[in-house]
Amino acid sequence: MSLDAKTVTRIARLARIGLQPEEVETLGQDMSSIINWVEQLKEVDVTGVDPMIGTGLAKPRLREDRVTDGNCRDKVLSNAPEREGPFYTVPKVVE
Amino acid sequence: MSGIHDFTLASARDALKARKISAVELTNAHIDAIERLDGQLNSFITRTPDQAREAAKAADETLAKGEGGSLCGIPLGIKDLFCTNGVRTTAASKILGNFVPPYESTVTANLLRDGAVFLGKLNLDEFAMGSANLTSAFGPVENPWKRKDSDAKLVPGGSSGGSAAAVAAGLVLGATGTDTGGSIRQPAAFTGIAGIKPTYGRCSRFGTIAFASSLDQAGPMARNLQDCAILLESMAGFDPRDSTSVDTPIPHYESALKRGVKGLRVGIPKEYHVEGIPAEIEALWQQGMAWLRDAGAEIVEVSLPHTKYGLPTYYIAALAEASSNLARYDGVRFGERVGAPTLDGLYEASRAAGFGEEVKRRILIGTHVLSSGYYDAYYLRAQKVRTLIQQDFLKAFENVDVLLTPTAPSGAFAQDEKPTDPVQMYLNDIFTVPASMAGVPALSVPAGLDARGVPLGLQLIGRFFDEETLIAAGHAIEQAAAFHHRPTIHAGVSA
Repeated sequence: MSLDAKTVTRIARLARIGLQPEEVETLGQDMSSIINWVEQLKEVDVTGVDPMIGTGLAKPRLREDRVTDGNCRDKVLSNAPEREGPFYTVPKVVE
Repeated sequence: MSGIHDFTLASARDALKARKISAVELTNAHIDAIERLDGQLNSFITRTPDQAREAAKAADETLAKGEGGSLCGIPLGIKDLFCTNGVRTTAASKILGNFVPPYESTVTANLLRDGAVFLGKLNLDEFAMGSANLTSAFGPVENPWKRKDSDAKLVPGGSSGGSAAAVAAGLVLGATGTDTGGSIRQPAAFTGIAGIKPTYGRCSRFGTIAFASSLDQAGPMARNLQDCAILLESMAGFDPRDSTSVDTPIPHYESALKRGVKGLRVGIPKEYHVEGIPAEIEALWQQGMAWLRDAGAEIVEVSLPHTKYGLPTYYIAALAEASSNLARYDGVRFGERVGAPTLDGLYEASRAAGFGEEVKRRILIGTHVLSSGYYDAYYLRAQKVRTLIQQDFLKAFENVDVLLTPTAPSGAFAQDEKPTDPVQMYLNDIFTVPASMAGVPALSVPAGLDARGVPLGLQLIGRFFDEETLIAAGHAIEQAAAFHHRPTIHAGVSA
């Protein structure tokens, strides 16, 4: 299976990565070669096999329902590329 | 003559405790070595000499009182994927070029608790994605080893390439690494050092920048397994802040060194005899079997039938997770922002400018295999094959105690010999990826030099949480191999 320019552009849009036209072509070739290589998994019989989500070594655990962290607004905001007071700023999204 | 650059971590620890050397002296000698050699090697992204000197001074005061943890006064390097409070942490990416974490990762906090002195943050492949340390936004790392008759710059392996190079060249006494599909073991093999990828869940992932969360595992890299054992004991442990952390006691790994391998059953997976691997790799593997047999182990052939599907399964599972994990770098809350009139435009421009080519490629493939219409065919199928790969290992371990394999299909290659086809590059991890998929622990020890004079490693793979048997078997190989070679570029060699 070969990924055409339209497909690569659609994937890039989903991933929110802006691509230059020449990148669409080279990345498309690389991606096609990788996707073709992973196609070999189709030959494995997976009937009745459960998907492995994690290693299953850690068990889900409960803890007391109380606040254990917080009150560190300035720390959280300390790496903001742009901010106004205690807010992150972004281009206008609501008209 | 024996000098300050001949110390291993263990011998430095003993000399510090005995007050034969001060932490300040030891730290200064390493800072000096970094200044002399790292302009060429590029193993550090950020150096922290002032903080290191302060920490060493404090360590000396503690040691003078006869106190101090297992790493008190020991100079280490930290892979720049671990968040360090107040010290820039980049993941070798432009998108985090100015990121200063306001908190400490659990693994580095554990090392600091035990008195370690951090010399700085070590280079890696961008977001730990690579096998040659060629994808860093801060430039490639040079392997301190050279081929016999050539001055070509060799790669140190990856993704923990800076960690490997710094340890091998004597710039640090040990380093942290992370391993998602081989990122500790393959660079360890390429640079003639030891490295352990512990069981998934052994070391906390809290504060370690995520690549593929179901695979990422921190581990130690050092000159030998004794040093790795000391580091692992400090790094490991349950952490309520990581939901995949496992609450199980931490053994004194160092004691496992002397256990020996008498009666140990060592499995040789027949599927690892892959076509096209160099004869000297195969020969070294045979040599490893002979060493373990001579030390009293029994060699048994085993089968891991789904081995050949390890890499393709990995590249679906890991890239899917990466595409999700790296969604957070959007130019809003942290990292580099490139302005645009719309919010989506801002995301697209920031991510286009901030990520390198390999990271983009991997995010796009991960996005594709998770996208509507492809999820079942790729991602879900890969997760099922992953179950089969894990079952292969669990079945093998009903019959044997450890598995012995080569670590990598070649020695270090030159920077300009990098394959242009990404799939060829991925084949570097052919022997390391399956253990990562299963979550079982594995290590690499240096075992010899190839015909061109560069180091080769052997890999041992063990049962869940049985790092001790790995260390015992690995130490038997260390003793038999007596690998005392040093790279061309080393702190102990005066220019």
